[in-house]
Amino acid sequence: MAALLIEGSNGPWEIVIGLEVHAQVISRAKLFSGAATAFGADPNTQVSFVDAAMPGMLPVINRICVEQAVKTGVALDARINLTSVFDRKNYFYPDLPAGYQISQYQQPIVGRGTVTIDLKDGSSRTIGITRLHLEQDAGKSLHDIAPHASHVDLNRAGVALMEIVSEPDLRSPEEAGAYLKKVRSILRYIGTCDGNMEEGSLRCDANVSVRRPGDPLGTRCEIKNVNSIRFVQKAIEYEANRQVDILEGGGAIAQETRLFDSAKGETRTMRSKEEAHDYRYFPDPDLLPLVLDPAWVDQVRGSLPELPDPKKARFIADYGLSPYDAGVLVAEQASADYFEAVAKGRDAKAASNWITVELFGALNRLGLDIDRSPVSAAALGGLLDLMTDGTISGRLAKDVFAAMVESGKDAMTVVEEKGLRQVTDASAIETAVETIMAAEAAKVAEYRSGKDKLFGYFVGQVMRAMGGKANPQALNELLKRKLAG
Amino acid sequence: MFLDKTTVAKIARLARVRIPEADRDRIAGELSNILAFVEQLKEVDTKGVAPMTSVVAVSLKQRDDTVTVIGDRDGILANAPQMEHGFFVVPKVIE
Repeated sequence: MAALLIEGSNGPWEIVIGLEVHAQVISRAKLFSGAATAFGADPNTQVSFVDAAMPGMLPVINRICVEQAVKTGVALDARINLTSVFDRKNYFYPDLPAGYQISQYQQPIVGRGTVTIDLKDGSSRTIGITRLHLEQDAGKSLHDIAPHASHVDLNRAGVALMEIVSEPDLRSPEEAGAYLKKVRSILRYIGTCDGNMEEGSLRCDANVSVRRPGDPLGTRCEIKNVNSIRFVQKAIEYEANRQVDILEGGGAIAQETRLFDSAKGETRTMRSKEEAHDYRYFPDPDLLPLVLDPAWVDQVRGSLPELPDPKKARFIADYGLSPYDAGVLVAEQASADYFEAVAKGRDAKAASNWITVELFGALNRLGLDIDRSPVSAAALGGLLDLMTDGTISGRLAKDVFAAMVESGKDAMTVVEEKGLRQVTDASAIETAVETIMAAEAAKVAEYRSGKDKLFGYFVGQVMRAMGGKANPQALNELLKRKLAG
Repeated sequence: MFLDKTTVAKIARLARVRIPEADRDRIAGELSNILAFVEQLKEVDTKGVAPMTSVVAVSLKQRDDTVTVIGDRDGILANAPQMEHGFFVVPKVIE
């Protein structure tokens, strides 16, 4: 049960959340112009006269942006609208040169769909998608270059965005986070958005309200522009508690737009937007309705890769992984591919454990993505093989792995260079056992008088003397026999 | 449909057009006349007729995803009242 109830002074409150995700479409050129979309270029160097809203310029739609939206709609299991219409959303802001944003209002390109979210306790929930529409991004305003002026860069103006709107189906910050992660994962699988929240290619607005369980929806507030999953969760938590305090104090919630201040961890009113909600949408006279060919939509549908949910189900069924481990591995296509390469012909659970614990731990420490892992899937597979065929012991494998991470060498090379090959030769182990027993005569006597717990102590001593290289089974058997006298 | 003075003031504000108080009654009357003229269209029975957004029977042309514009920053900024470091400079707008 992932719904989070806020305990009020006279009974619990339920949080109701809907999210609007703005996902920048991966394309070379902008939605309605031939200007480039690359991130990080010098200001105003990727701006066409269309983007700058020069008089007489006309928008022409980019077919790949349309395809990306349809792909995303299909991946969200959503209805694709074969006819959709572009509207002008009118408002004034310096980074919107035309005075309107070309967006879609009553007839979006994608209608209702669903996303399944995975929660920490291993359960899943289905969240409704209301719609997805295509629209232009605005430019960027910088307020910290000069004290009394704002600086405007239009490079981002006109880049294609998909606005993905959820139903108010989310009930806790945890669910909101899981929803964002899943949407991000799907977008990255199908290559329609890179999901980079730091660079702003994925942004989120949260609609939050509270109510007594079973009551109709309360008045909501919209929190704008939150740029990390953690901040979305914090903003929702703060906002819900703020609303409960107001309602319990006998007040009423004013529907408004609020900003999340990540430094203070609070939301506050965005005064300038109070009047801005009257956007006076109307169909853009520069653009005809967008009509899609059903055969082409089917072709797009057929081009999608295996998505995270079916892949997760397959990992559970075919490899016997737990839902949790399967969920971790399929979150990124690259880690899922890595896992399958390692697991092929090997113990899948061991592969999963090594990847989710050792490899992810190392990558985290190094701040690397799995694509740039110093240990390739083939190299990790090689390490597992050395354990399986008895060349190294399980306890030494972690040291070998650490050396592989550091040097980028394969497992066998590390084993040979460091002389870590497991000793299965009985006489070598016997010699070591005898040496230890001679040195620890008192303990041997204790053991023989019934203190069998000392067995582990002897194992440790011999292992240490042999640099951890003794074959554990051989050592156990020999030691037991020798100690018995 | 009749527009009153308050609505005129609101529309003017949304469009960032300054209409002096003294002119609002006159403009409300003019706009109401325009609306009344257009409203004659309501007399036509459009039941079962799909809304028309264009009078030309062609579909929306689509463009390939290729970069065709070489960044012309000087051209883009040429008409800006103020610029600096390649940015447009505008009066401070901050939340």
